[in-house]
Amino acid sequence: MLTLRSALKETRGLAAALLTGTALLAPGALSAQEDETTITAVMHSGLRVLDPVITTAHITRNHGYMIYDVLTAVDSEFNPQPQMASWEMSEDGLTYTFTLRDGLMFHDGAPVTGADVVASLNRWGERDSGGQMIFDRTASLEAPDDKTIVWTLSEPFAPLLDVISKQSAVPPFIMPARVAETSSDETITEYVGSGPFVFNEEEYEPGVNVTYDKFEDYVPRDEPASWMAGGKVVNVDKVVWTTMPDALTALNALSAGEIDYLEQVQIDLMPILEGNPDVTVEKRDELGYVTIGRPNFLHPPFDNKLVRQAAMAALDQESMLATMQGNPEYYNVCGAIFGCSTPLGDESGSEMLTDGADPEAARALLEEAGYDGTPIVVMAPTDVVSLINQPVVAAQALREAGFEVDLQSMDWQSVVQRRAQQSAPGEGGWNLFFTNWMVPEISDPLINVMVNGRGDDAWFGWPTDPEIEELRSAFVAAENEASQKEIAVQIQEHVMDNVNYIMMGEYIIPQARRNTIQNMIPSPVPVFWNVTKEAE
Amino acid sequence: MFLYILKRVLATIPVMVIVAIFVFLLLRLTPGDPAAILAGDAATPAQLERIRDRLGLNDPLITQFFTWMGQLLRGDLGTSLLSNTSVSGMLADRLGPTINIAVMTIVISVALAVPMGVIAAWRHRTWVDFLVMSFSVLGFSVPVFVIGYILIQIFAIELRWVPVQGYADPSAGFGAFFSRAILPSLTLATIYIALIARMTRASMLEVLGEDYIRTARAKGVRENVVLFRHALRNAAVPILTIIGTGFALLISGVVVTESVFNIPGIGRLTVDAILARDYPVIQAMILLTAGIYVFVNLIVDVSYSFFDPRIRY
Repeated sequence: MLTLRSALKETRGLAAALLTGTALLAPGALSAQEDETTITAVMHSGLRVLDPVITTAHITRNHGYMIYDVLTAVDSEFNPQPQMASWEMSEDGLTYTFTLRDGLMFHDGAPVTGADVVASLNRWGERDSGGQMIFDRTASLEAPDDKTIVWTLSEPFAPLLDVISKQSAVPPFIMPARVAETSSDETITEYVGSGPFVFNEEEYEPGVNVTYDKFEDYVPRDEPASWMAGGKVVNVDKVVWTTMPDALTALNALSAGEIDYLEQVQIDLMPILEGNPDVTVEKRDELGYVTIGRPNFLHPPFDNKLVRQAAMAALDQESMLATMQGNPEYYNVCGAIFGCSTPLGDESGSEMLTDGADPEAARALLEEAGYDGTPIVVMAPTDVVSLINQPVVAAQALREAGFEVDLQSMDWQSVVQRRAQQSAPGEGGWNLFFTNWMVPEISDPLINVMVNGRGDDAWFGWPTDPEIEELRSAFVAAENEASQKEIAVQIQEHVMDNVNYIMMGEYIIPQARRNTIQNMIPSPVPVFWNVTKEAE
Repeated sequence: MFLYILKRVLATIPVMVIVAIFVFLLLRLTPGDPAAILAGDAATPAQLERIRDRLGLNDPLITQFFTWMGQLLRGDLGTSLLSNTSVSGMLADRLGPTINIAVMTIVISVALAVPMGVIAAWRHRTWVDFLVMSFSVLGFSVPVFVIGYILIQIFAIELRWVPVQGYADPSAGFGAFFSRAILPSLTLATIYIALIARMTRASMLEVLGEDYIRTARAKGVRENVVLFRHALRNAAVPILTIIGTGFALLISGVVVTESVFNIPGIGRLTVDAILARDYPVIQAMILLTAGIYVFVNLIVDVSYSFFDPRIRY
């Protein structure tokens, strides 16, 4: 039987014969394959902010890893490894001496010096919450010579290397001192790093395209690449990041060979790629993301612990994740506030979350709390695909448990502005909103902003929680991994009881690549070193 | 004529000032905070406050307004709050693709729709007329993104005649430009073909009933001359109006098509800027759009006199 598809294929040959020789007929020449060593990648978002210290936007952090290097970096086992520098720690844990390795050079040809490192760390320390904790305990940070940096603390801070090696949200990228001296409240205007790729300013179109050229003078480490650590060996001449606002267009472009890599594949569109022998869909970031709900501690009814517990009892991870992702292969019911696959991950006390909703228990808790039917304002963003479903599913579950819910739809920008308002929900404030984090961003008590209990200085929701602050201080002072883990479990149990936030589970976003792209390392941050590209 | 054009150009000044005031106030009264977008999710309130200060967002509204007006008078559209690049540079980059696609769309639309409308009117109440009108209804009714996806499936995925997406400037070669611009232009043209064909048909039907057409035919003038020289010229005014409005609409409102075909035009720039509350970019875009409408309307009004000698300014 002649189907539309077969008829079209017949026509293809005829048309090809008719049009041979015209420019119209050269999809190969028109596509990204013009230069075999150019990788064209469609990223999750357009790059608009070029300063990886001022913002926590993932796309800017990813850009940072392309053009900058870091002193130390975590590997896939969450262990800090030397990157630009090796280190020695004094016996009292108060002095860290970093020594820069040979061959480090900025893209403008200047060598990387200790002064550049000190200036970069100072600027980063003003922006990053982990960095601020280190600088709160810093006696001095100096570069006695071009190769050496000495960081002296006023009290021991065991997680120092973990904090400066983290890959999210703001890693301490090393910039030339003249750039790093820019105020941390202003964006930098010169984009010179010492990383494996050079930012091509001429071809940069904010939000549309960004091109990175191989930095020929980059000297990679000898160790194999592992996450953000190890040898960053660049095997291509160029990497072009482009933005495609339409998910189906991006999929079609990948199928047609016009792009090489797609950072995020929408789960419901995956069947389109499954039959394509030229494309591989894979999970390169097994840690993935978490989705969470954050109550506002300042106003009724969530200023009452019992009501927060009622909300947690009313919600069901499975139904929320299923609505978000659809395919169970790409989500994971998980009650661990630091993520289920991380060293500090523990699910103690999370049965209420992971065993499914219990509206009866929620009703009982509401009655005990004396809930008077005050409507809770749930903010529902309508323009961010990964955040559309959670408020809607939650609102239904909360209503079934006896809550009065005022679900208010708005764009994400309005959520961002409104969640910063401390006023009462009826006067422009709020009671509950949902957001997502990458697992490495919530994987320990220093990085995870939702376990900060410093009231007005805490993250939106502003819990005043002296108990969790004590636990966090104990975590900082802990001398070894075993005691850190023990404290992390106590924080987990505390959060399950106090409901500082509601962990709604983990999910994974698959990536897709043409089969010509090989040797991409698994990593939470998509990296383009180590990658090779074969001819089609 | 020159005086008329001068008057019209001068009349745009108060229009643009009113648009500027309106846009400025509307944006500042809409919820949203560019500093929060710039700093990201984990920024503390104190950090946001400092960034707002740096960006001048904490200045009194009147100060912000006059700073912006001062920049405008110097021909400076400002700097994007997010990317820290000049807004005029961003507009220059993005305007080219949008205008080129719009021109190609209008050329295709006029080339197909005007003859279709003329023929439909000429063969009024026959199958030809029915066919043209059916196409018009279809062109209006099917959303552009559906047409876009269908064209991509057929011509890019199955036949592989053209790429799925992207844009190439004409300076990169006509073939590269044409192969990427043809599908989005055809997609957009379906609506405009429908619109212009209907308008041409309606206008032609009115004119074809006039005495001078009967006189021309009685004099033995050839039918194609009757249709295209006598009738179409007299029917041109409403058709030109619709083409002009269509062109302005194409410049300002093709964000869906730009997204489906991944064209870095000003529609996407505007939507991205609105979602990020990038005030200088949104303000510049709305002023530009208002300017384009005023300019296109002026061109259309002036062109009336070339087609209809009865119109004099």
